[in-house]
Formats: sequence, C-alpha cells, structure tokens
Amino acid sequence: MHHFKYPIYFLLSFLIPSLTFGGEILLQSTTSTNNSGFYSYILPKFKNDTGISVKVVAVGTGQAIRNAQNCDADILIVHARKAEEKFVANGGGIKRHNLMYNDFVVVGPHEDPAQIRESKTISEALISIFRLQPSFISRGDNSGTHKKELELWQKVAVSVKEHSGKWYKETGSGMGTTLNIAAELDAYTISDRATWLTFKNKRELRILFEGDPLLFNQYGAVLVNPAKCPKTKIEKAKIFLNWLLSENGQSEIQNYTVNGIQLFYPNAIR
Amino acid sequence: MSVFLDAFSTAFKLIVSLDTSLLEIVWLSIKVSISSLIIASVFGFPIGALLAIKSFRGRALIIAIFNSMMGMPPVVVGLVVYLIVSRSGPLGWLEILYTPYAMIIAQVILILPIIVALSTQILEELHKEYEKIFKIFSVPPKTAVFTYIFDSKDALLTIFLAGFGRAISEVGAVIIVGGNIDHVTRVMTTTIALETSKGDLSLALALGIILLGLSLIVNLVATKIKSTAKGGVNG
Repeated sequence: MHHFKYPIYFLLSFLIPSLTFGGEILLQSTTSTNNSGFYSYILPKFKNDTGISVKVVAVGTGQAIRNAQNCDADILIVHARKAEEKFVANGGGIKRHNLMYNDFVVVGPHEDPAQIRESKTISEALISIFRLQPSFISRGDNSGTHKKELELWQKVAVSVKEHSGKWYKETGSGMGTTLNIAAELDAYTISDRATWLTFKNKRELRILFEGDPLLFNQYGAVLVNPAKCPKTKIEKAKIFLNWLLSENGQSEIQNYTVNGIQLFYPNAIR
Repeated sequence: MSVFLDAFSTAFKLIVSLDTSLLEIVWLSIKVSISSLIIASVFGFPIGALLAIKSFRGRALIIAIFNSMMGMPPVVVGLVVYLIVSRSGPLGWLEILYTPYAMIIAQVILILPIIVALSTQILEELHKEYEKIFKIFSVPPKTAVFTYIFDSKDALLTIFLAGFGRAISEVGAVIIVGGNIDHVTRVMTTTIALETSKGDLSLALALGIILLGLSLIVNLVATKIKSTAKGGVNG
C-alpha cells in the first residue's frame, strides 16, 4: 500500500501555501484596469511601500459590485458612479472616492459607413449610426461601459432595446470579447480607452469618434463596509485606499504608460 | 492563417524558454486537476461499485441522476460552488473562495458523476459475469472486489483519463470560483480566456497547443502504465 502515500503528499502540498494564506486584501475591479497591466504595475509598488499584497478579481462593474455585495471583496475599483453611490447608500460600502479617469471612444470599421468621423458631438455620432443602422455591438452586461453606452443612447432618445438582435447586438460579454466580435463583424462599438489601447486584435477597427465631454470615464474606489461584512480586512484595505489617494499613489497612476501613452489620469480630491 | 503560424512559434518559444509564469500556470492546472481527480476517485469508485453490485430501491434513479450530471455545464457548477463558499454563503467561514481549494471542489463535482456513472456500468457487467461463479465457490467479498478491479483495470484507467480530461479542460467553473487571480488561481484555461479577451489570439492559441501537449503526455504515460501492467501479467 506504499504507493497510496503519493497522492496524499500531493494533496498535502496544497496545505502549505494555505498556512500563509489570508494576509492579502481582495480587490474586485473592472477588466479594463487589470487587462491593461495597470495592477501589475501599481501593486508591486504598493507592496514595496507597505508589505501588503492585493489579489485582483477582474470582472465587469456590475458583477464586481454584486460580488462586493456578497462580501467577496475588501475594496472595489469600478467605473459607474451611480451604481457605486447606490452601493454605498445600501450600506455595502463606506464612502465613494474619485480615483482617476480617462475616456470612452467610439470604434468602428475604418471605412466608417455611418461617417461618424465628421460628427461634432457623441449625440450626432450615435444619430448617424441609428440612421444607417450598421452593426453596433453593445456589451449588454451591466458593466460600467454598458451603463454609459445606454445613457448616451437615452440622450438621443433611441430605445436600443427594440433593436436588440437586429443591427444592435448585445454580447453580454467583457470589453475584449466585444471588441473581438466588432472586429469580426466590422461593427461599431464603444470601448474604454485603456482596453482599446492594449487590445491586440484591432484588425479594421479604428477610433472614429472621441473627445466629447460626455465620454468622460471616471474610476471610483469604495471600501466594503465592515458593518455589513464583518470579515472584511478593513484596516489593510484602508491603507491601500489611502495610498492610492495619496500624492505618492496618484503620481504612480500618472506615471503609468503603455507604449508611451498615459492610460489613467489621477483626480482624487485631497 | 498567420495566427496559426504565430501560435506555433509562440508555443515553441514559451516551451523552450521555460517561461516561469507559464510553468506556474501549468503546474497549478496539473495540481488542481489531479487533486480533483484523486478526491473524486476516492468517492466515485466505491459509489460506482456499490451501485453496480447492490440492488436497492431508488438505485435506477440514482444511476440516472449521475448519468445526467455528466452533462452538467461547468458554469452552473461554478455558480453553485461560488454561492456556497462566498463570504455570505453557508461555507463562507472557510474563506476558500478565490483559492485553489474552491477550484478543486468545483472540479470534484464535475468529475464525480463521470467516475460513478462509467464505473457503475463497467463493474455491473463484470458482476453479471462472475456473480454465480463466486457464489458457487463462496468467494469472499474482498477477493471478489480485487478480482473486479484487476479485471477492469484498463477500463478504470480510461475512466480516470476521462475525468482528468474534463478537469484540465474546463474553464467555466474555475474562472468563477477561482477568479483567475494572477499567481494565485490562474490556470491554463483561464489564461486562454483572458488572452482571447485581450485580443492576443496567437498567444491564446499557443497556450491551447501547450494544454493539448500536456494532455497528450498524460495519456501517453497512462498507456505506458497499461502496457507495462499487461506485460507483467503475461510475462
């Protein structure tokens, strides 16, 4: 029965890391910040300053907030201000802080059949798309980008739900998957700038419209409320939040670039 | 087509350079899948044997349940395990969400029905064959069990490999309960999903090629064990 020992050793090898486990804080975050390499850049710097490790779970804003509501987070970094404030108002979080921003861009096939390149405002661009009805791909996943996109359609009084499945297609997926589909279908879509800049399968897709103030993309940070979630590592999470909002943390955000392009602009109110 | 060529050269480079982050991911994939396989086997084979040999009320129903659970979508298993081990779930106090343990639990649930259903089927047929002979010669149950295991060892190995294949290749469950956290719960399949979403299709495909290679090695080793065992018996 000697050989039976090996599987047991194999299983025991799992118990070793578990002994040191539990010191890290858990961050629920949007995919855009994680996929652009932002956390691989900033978290080692934070660890260097404080000795605290951070585990990142990257999902859409909607899912991130839902996970935090289940207490499966110590801190939240997402980009849908109204949803963040609602989360705080419902007792899930302590307080919402501005962290940094960038913007959304409208991408589409470089031939630009709806000719949105000439648009002066985002509303004008969306109306051009609505008139021609080329394929437009929506996240459809309740993420921060999806919420923003719906807001923009609402502003031009187009009820996209009625067109879902026709020219307006909802993927119910992350930004990357949605961009892959848009590239395949030569379709228009709205992306956050960080995901777009680091996305590698652009093919015929180009930025066709940008720069409208309505496309502002604010990232916020919220600590999970220990009154609601007693197991949250509030002390360490607080250190992380304060570090991000500090002059040091903010200048590290400022310094992060991909191919020489700055991805996030710090704007914490001090 | 260039994606395919890129993928092969990327896969080759990754393997040759023994990329440390790749090794970490591969090793975790193997650890999680093998652990799940061992745990599922420890419970699965005895349950299978019991269902094959004993006759009792509700037996057919239990077999039908295990059979249909073989087709359970991993994402559903992931969701159920998530709700159970979430900090707000019944087993939240264990604090195993977003750790390899949660991934193992999910995979055990995925593999167990395969092992139970297939081993029931194989052992049932053997039992039909041997039952009367064993009764006539009043063979003790212990000997009977060993005879069954010995006689069906090739088929049992195939069941093992089927379970391993399900575990190592699924992404839906481990991405929910593991969270695809870098250096903690990132495995081959979740990395492939991540790189696909980042639009790095050739890297994603390269990882797919490596995963396939890994499966091939495991299967070759299994075949080798099989033929060695046979050689031992005949010689």
